Amino acid sequence: MTPPENNAAPSKQFQTDATKITKDDDRRSFLRTSLRGYMNTRSLTQDRFHDYESARIAAGEIKWEAIENLGTLLEQFADKLESRGTIVHWCDNSDQAREVILKILKDHEAKSVIKSKCMTTEEIHLNELLSKEGFEVVESDLGEFIVQLRDEAPYHFVFPAMHLKKEEISELFQRKLQAAKTNDPKELTMIARQVLREKYIQADVGISGANFGVAETGMISITENEGNARLTTALPKVHIALMGIEKVIPRLEDLALLLPMLATAGTGQHLTCYNSQLGGPKQPGETDGPEEMHVVLLDNHRTRLLADKEQRDALRCIRCGACLNVCPIFKNVGGHTYGTTYQGPIGSVITPHLKGLKNWKHLSHSSSLCGACTETCPVKIDLHHHLLRNRRNSAKKGQGGFFERMLMKGFVFVMRRPKLYQLSGWLGKIAHVLTKPIHGTKLDPFYKWKSTRELDDPAKVSFKKYWKNRPK
Amino acid sequence: MNHLKISLFIPCYVDQLSPHVAIAMVEVLERLGHTVDYPSGQTCCGQPAFNSGYFDEARQVAEHFLKTFHDTDLIAVPSGSCAAMVRKFYPEIFEKSNQLDEAKEIASKTFEFSELLVDRLGVEDVGASLAGTATYHDGCHGLRELGIKDAPRKLLSNVSGLELIEMDEAQSCCGFGGTFAVKFPQISTAMTQVKLGSAKKTEASYLISGDPSCLMQINGYFKRQKADIQCLHIAEVLAKQ
Repeated sequence: MTPPENNAAPSKQFQTDATKITKDDDRRSFLRTSLRGYMNTRSLTQDRFHDYESARIAAGEIKWEAIENLGTLLEQFADKLESRGTIVHWCDNSDQAREVILKILKDHEAKSVIKSKCMTTEEIHLNELLSKEGFEVVESDLGEFIVQLRDEAPYHFVFPAMHLKKEEISELFQRKLQAAKTNDPKELTMIARQVLREKYIQADVGISGANFGVAETGMISITENEGNARLTTALPKVHIALMGIEKVIPRLEDLALLLPMLATAGTGQHLTCYNSQLGGPKQPGETDGPEEMHVVLLDNHRTRLLADKEQRDALRCIRCGACLNVCPIFKNVGGHTYGTTYQGPIGSVITPHLKGLKNWKHLSHSSSLCGACTETCPVKIDLHHHLLRNRRNSAKKGQGGFFERMLMKGFVFVMRRPKLYQLSGWLGKIAHVLTKPIHGTKLDPFYKWKSTRELDDPAKVSFKKYWKNRPK
Repeated sequence: MNHLKISLFIPCYVDQLSPHVAIAMVEVLERLGHTVDYPSGQTCCGQPAFNSGYFDEARQVAEHFLKTFHDTDLIAVPSGSCAAMVRKFYPEIFEKSNQLDEAKEIASKTFEFSELLVDRLGVEDVGASLAGTATYHDGCHGLRELGIKDAPRKLLSNVSGLELIEMDEAQSCCGFGGTFAVKFPQISTAMTQVKLGSAKKTEASYLISGDPSCLMQINGYFKRQKADIQCLHIAEVLAKQ
């Protein structure tokens, strides 16, 4: 069963929310300051690479190889996992993945679930399902824990609570956890930690994601900073990892490049505090680890993107979030405005493939095509050109509407006829004079521009005319 | 230095809204001893259709461009964005057309004004002078599609009396982005608001850019906010003596 989607047209919701947050100078400035800090740290870390540009190329090539050999690598990955007793599930879509996970929980008569950060579970709306089914679900990543308490979606797929100030988190903890008032980040962390420690011990099942799936060795690799994923995957008797199929990589040694690239691009660290490779449940003779391990492989339209030769490089994404951090749109509208699991440029590129172009094309139009995302992507995805390609695909399907199509036809007609172009220039000037009474009102054809910006009057003499009259 | 025949491509909105930018460009090129030519049938590069996703329509306009600029040696454009359309995207939209070779040839001889001067003609000092402090805004298409970053700064550093101060995030988009500016005016304007903050912090008297479309956005917002910063195209600065 799929939870009801928010049926207010996504493009309308985007416009409304964007209008709201662009007026919130304080929140925007807060986001900008945080991201400036990230940029400074990241650029120092990048400088310590011998040659960061070559590292990007190499990282892109590893992921490219993985995507080009996805079927073979996934089978190898699953075989290796199964050989050590992990149960592998292949799911075409989110409904199947939800069913599989629900069944595991029911089979084990589980009551409580601890989760470490996993955007793929957001993609399949797992928390809503499990809560509805009566399970206690607790997010153990600090940021995720905070947004869960607020009953919100993650704001940014790497920094889920980046929009919140410490005062707001303090207020939340006082209200929801009856914690004492403090604005000290360390103390706030300790409050969450105390709550969470209990939950790890009580939890019947731990659910995690996977940053990479190593085909060669049959291991999932998890990147984190808080140690919560280690506890989530090791303490409960059952561990379920949900992983998009594009996360598979060929070799263990590939992590030697991909882990530092993910850390550098994601948070500006050389490496995150913890990187764990998990190869299966507790083996005979071992003392630690879960008794049962499941890996749920999710397609959910990723193969649709794979079939698109032009845009399949988007499957290289390692979900570092760097494209969000440099995106002027993200910085000014924030994460919730997107209304998607994956925000920012990568989200705008892939959401139309995952959820349909018609309802999500506006995200590809909501870009100045500045290219900051493409410039920063550690695996060199051609992000901003993909936005352009989405626009083209949408126009081809006639989704721009009749008026836009006619406008384009008119544009071509005029621009292929220099005399007509000149005439339209004069007509424009005449129209400019004639429409003076409505300038600045909503009837003004340039209202949307002029609502916030001045527009210069057309020049009295166009360059064309100037050149014609210029003494030779 | 060889004297060359340089053909101007004056984008439609520059022709209609800011012809002074094109006139300044002519002054600079003639001052350097080149012959300037203006193919009279020119209209638009087709970018408005292309960026809206109408690639076929863009190609039809581009066909007219190829015809108009057929007999040219070098094409100078006072806009990084329109230059990028011709140089970077023409080969893409003509990919399956029998005009691909022609498109590639035209693409290879099309230059944004500052890169034409510095990278193609080897000129870094055009003998201009302007007293005051200025900050430079990089247009995204010039910067990221064509890789133009140093050329305008070299030219401006040689303008007598002008002091160049880099602003925070000079390479952040101004918010224009073609139809984006009217489809999402609130986001577009928020981006320019950030730009104004960065420009103000430098206390510069001028904001200079190589793209008249960025300047239309920036100047339009700065004027509305009554900001005391004059927006100039780099050609206007280089024409001043």
